[in-house]
Amino acid sequence: MDVKAIRQQFPILQQEVNGHPLVYLDSSATSQKPASVIDAVNNYYREDNSNVHRGVHTLGTRATEKYEGAREKVRRFINAKSTAEIIFTRGTTTAINTVASSYGQANLEPGDEVVITQMEHHSNIIPWQQVVKKTGATLKYIPLQDDGTVSMEDVKKTVTSNTKIVAITHVSNVLGTINPITDIAKVAHDQGAVLLVDGAQGAPHMQVDVQKMDCDFYAFSGHKMCGPTGIGVLYGKKELLEKMEPVEFGGEMIDFVNLYDSTWKELPWKFEGGTPIIAGAIGLGAAIDFLNEVGMDNILEHEHKLADYAMKQMRTIDGISIFGPEERAALVTFNLDDVHPHDTATALDAEGIAVRAGHHCAQPLMRWLDVTATARASFYLYNTEEDVDRLVDGLLKTKEFFGNVF
Amino acid sequence: MSFNNLDTLYRQVIMDHYKNPRNKGVIEGDVLTVDMNNPTCGDRIQLQLQVEEGIVQEAKFDGEGCSISMASASMMTQAVKGKKIDDALEMSELFSKMMLGEDVDMDKLSLEDIEALQGVAKFPARIKCATLAWKAMEKGVNEE
Repeated sequence: MDVKAIRQQFPILQQEVNGHPLVYLDSSATSQKPASVIDAVNNYYREDNSNVHRGVHTLGTRATEKYEGAREKVRRFINAKSTAEIIFTRGTTTAINTVASSYGQANLEPGDEVVITQMEHHSNIIPWQQVVKKTGATLKYIPLQDDGTVSMEDVKKTVTSNTKIVAITHVSNVLGTINPITDIAKVAHDQGAVLLVDGAQGAPHMQVDVQKMDCDFYAFSGHKMCGPTGIGVLYGKKELLEKMEPVEFGGEMIDFVNLYDSTWKELPWKFEGGTPIIAGAIGLGAAIDFLNEVGMDNILEHEHKLADYAMKQMRTIDGISIFGPEERAALVTFNLDDVHPHDTATALDAEGIAVRAGHHCAQPLMRWLDVTATARASFYLYNTEEDVDRLVDGLLKTKEFFGNVF
Repeated sequence: MSFNNLDTLYRQVIMDHYKNPRNKGVIEGDVLTVDMNNPTCGDRIQLQLQVEEGIVQEAKFDGEGCSISMASASMMTQAVKGKKIDDALEMSELFSKMMLGEDVDMDKLSLEDIEALQGVAKFPARIKCATLAWKAMEKGVNEE
């Protein structure tokens, strides 16, 4: 994998920030976009823009072909059986909310349980909090091990025959933990529950095979995988989606509208109310082409090496705390002793290094870690060992700066 | 080294307030208490004000956050103590203007150490850190 050539395809990475070449280490928040994705969106608006699935004119046909072509690319990318199982959404959050509002609302009643973990992003906590409040079901948490992983023993203990839904992240956006989805799916199914996987940090970084995983729902976002913002995907098993009611009504999703009652289109359009996110889907399709060209296995291997190198180098810094397990995705969440993460992030920014600081939309996990905030460096296919070196150098300078002012 | 421009943000007096916060703690008894957080970053503050006859007799804060938010809270409590509520609100308005980079007459309301926070205006991502304590104060006295 030629990272130098890959970097050349990202216009945004060719700039200086605060007088230094940009080191972008915030891809877990959102990834940068290659020229091919930017061009795909641009070209769509310049040449093909039209509404889809209606009108008989040429542009409409072209737009529809591109939009539905993107759906097929997504299907292949996660190895779903059918494009009926690929619903375009605004992002992971909307995808999870769709399942909670539709499947959750219809299938939960008092006595039932929804099981999640304490490492979840707010987007995989709050939709469940809301639906259990409405239905009288109970929300339960699988506890975390000291290193920020879940044990299968705890999964088996927490998921019971009363559990109707298990919702868990594929990869933690804070700890980098990679969860054993296939094993968890088996436990959920043995108890008669369905499994939803928050794939926001999974799909961008590793080969996802929803059939092999045997998850019932898999949600992810385009913008974290080189695609545009505002587009995401809800994968669901056809037999489940077919039984589910839409959550948005009107526009693209209708079949026959009477004065007092209406019927819906078939899958997947039943869940795509309004004019769909056409340009976003086409951009996501281009992002998938780009990632496939590099190869998801190559990306995973590159990131694995980078994570190992980052952990090794960052550990040499005195007074650094690193959170999460040894075996991890390509992100490192950390704090410097006596320097608040916001101050760390501001100091690194002065060096042209972009990291995230805050609670990373995981407040319950912050409380479990007993911190109010952390800094996070997250890597993607365009990052290099030099980026890690610049980070370590920046952190040493940060320590020195705040050490001196104290 | 480019860290030089950080000096405009992290002035010595700010770091002193961060390291040695004034008025940090809790006022015993039944006083005005405001909890506020910055949901985007996790900073949180509890501000307590003892207001008698329209004058802030005592102000204390507790909380967790970055150097800018905690130093600003320390400075704010120092500044409003002994002030009339109206004056405290006017100072808050002045402070907001300062954060927007507008010219502010520092002598007018004796903002004391607070002047050191002027540099925050050049770091838009950090303005909310600096204004957190002031927003809590405003909320408190408006509820009063």
